[in-house]
Amino acid sequence: MKKKYSIFSLIKNSLSYHENWEKAWKDPEPKKEYEIVIIGGGGHGLATAYYLAKKHDLKNIAVVEKGWIGGGNTGRNTTIIRSNYLWDASAGLYDHALKIWEGLSQELNYNVMFSQRGVMNLAHNLQDVRDLKRRTHANRLNGIDAVYLNTEQVKKFCPIINTSPDIRYPVLGGTLQRRAGTARHDAVAWGYARGADEMGVDIIQNCEVKGIKRNGDSIEGIETTKGFIKTNKIGVVAAGHSSVIANMAGLRLPLESKPLQALVSEPVKPIIDTVVMSNAVHAYVSQSDKGELVIGAGTDDYVSYSQKGSHDIVEGTLNAILELYPIFSRMRMLRQWGGIVDICPDASPIISKTSIKGLYFNCGWGTGGFKATPGSGDLFAHTIANDEPHKLNAAFNLNRFVSGDLVDEHGAAAVAH
Amino acid sequence: MFVINCPYCGEREQSEFKAGGEAHIVRPKQPTELSDDQWAEYLFMRKNIKGIQFERWVHTHGCRKWFNVVRDTSNDVITAVYKMGEKPPTK
Repeated sequence: MKKKYSIFSLIKNSLSYHENWEKAWKDPEPKKEYEIVIIGGGGHGLATAYYLAKKHDLKNIAVVEKGWIGGGNTGRNTTIIRSNYLWDASAGLYDHALKIWEGLSQELNYNVMFSQRGVMNLAHNLQDVRDLKRRTHANRLNGIDAVYLNTEQVKKFCPIINTSPDIRYPVLGGTLQRRAGTARHDAVAWGYARGADEMGVDIIQNCEVKGIKRNGDSIEGIETTKGFIKTNKIGVVAAGHSSVIANMAGLRLPLESKPLQALVSEPVKPIIDTVVMSNAVHAYVSQSDKGELVIGAGTDDYVSYSQKGSHDIVEGTLNAILELYPIFSRMRMLRQWGGIVDICPDASPIISKTSIKGLYFNCGWGTGGFKATPGSGDLFAHTIANDEPHKLNAAFNLNRFVSGDLVDEHGAAAVAH
Repeated sequence: MFVINCPYCGEREQSEFKAGGEAHIVRPKQPTELSDDQWAEYLFMRKNIKGIQFERWVHTHGCRKWFNVVRDTSNDVITAVYKMGEKPPTK
């Protein structure tokens, strides 16, 4: 049993200069065999292992990660959390996650700094206004909080926005989800890792998967840089590298992996206390607790695993940011990075069984997976443990690309993907 | 960010082009006879390779012609460019 984090443990450890904190998770070598192996030690993978151990009482689980946990897209995203999706299936999925977020710090005994500061989506033309109003109504019918704001209300909610009618893409209105917000991405991975480790999950870092051993239509194990690991069940949560793992198993997925860029500025005093997203001009901005502006740009349109995005994508986003927020004109950008995101043709994720027995995929989250981390882990754990999807992820199966029953969130999800 | 050598215009900045995805996916000769699985394979399933990929590009802000490119998707290095209808290079 791990010692509980509290104000008292903080005081006690400060007296010994914080040198005696117990390790949040072990760093074990792999055992010969596991009941279930999760490939990918990001937020989704660690959450999956956590819920497998917690809710399904499975103990012999490993998470294998090629780098260090939370070092991929989990540690390089804009940390936005919201559930204002148009379609019923998506609304159910993302609001399930949002409800878990609301109690996550307490559940994990780990401060994930979940901050319900609201997310505002802007409309810049008549079609945007219509789409956003429609989505607001759809959200409310699904029990998701949403309000439509006119230009004056947008200005009142976020005073630094330039609402002049003279700008190239004037702000005509917006939607606001007050329960939405941000969380600390690293803490999410670390909190789940600590919780999973406590229940006996082996978190194996620097262990890259090199091959999947199949026996006909079932799984026998995985080849890794730390040797062969025997298992009959594999849950793949490898984000941008999902297709690479799928190819090892002789499977093809409806995914394309592309660089998605984000950047942060130098830290400044509090200036924006919410999250503002604009689909039409593609600019997202919020401010981290350290004071940096966190800015989300778009994806490149070509497949690449290079973790480098194009300069013109960043330039386009910053042009839009400067027109909407002239006050940022002299901000300097501190760093920029590209993460590789796996995008589905319908911009919805896949949480599904496959044609191979014991092989499960949780992928296709594209540009917006962080917000779903707890829900994704919970539903994927259910799918693996029962060999059947939960009703909330039943629509997100791989077979939808054959049946045609797509969950088309392109443009419907309040942002461009 | 990289430079593409358009077979019609020469070397230009990548932002002048638009990517058209995986190349050499042949349109079914008898669409009416395809099963749902075959349609899914044709429409949606992709190799999405990390490494050498054969792909289509169009010079949108130039000659507007389509052509094929061989590119290493792990580092964006282009090893060959060839016109539509030409045989892909074997190495």
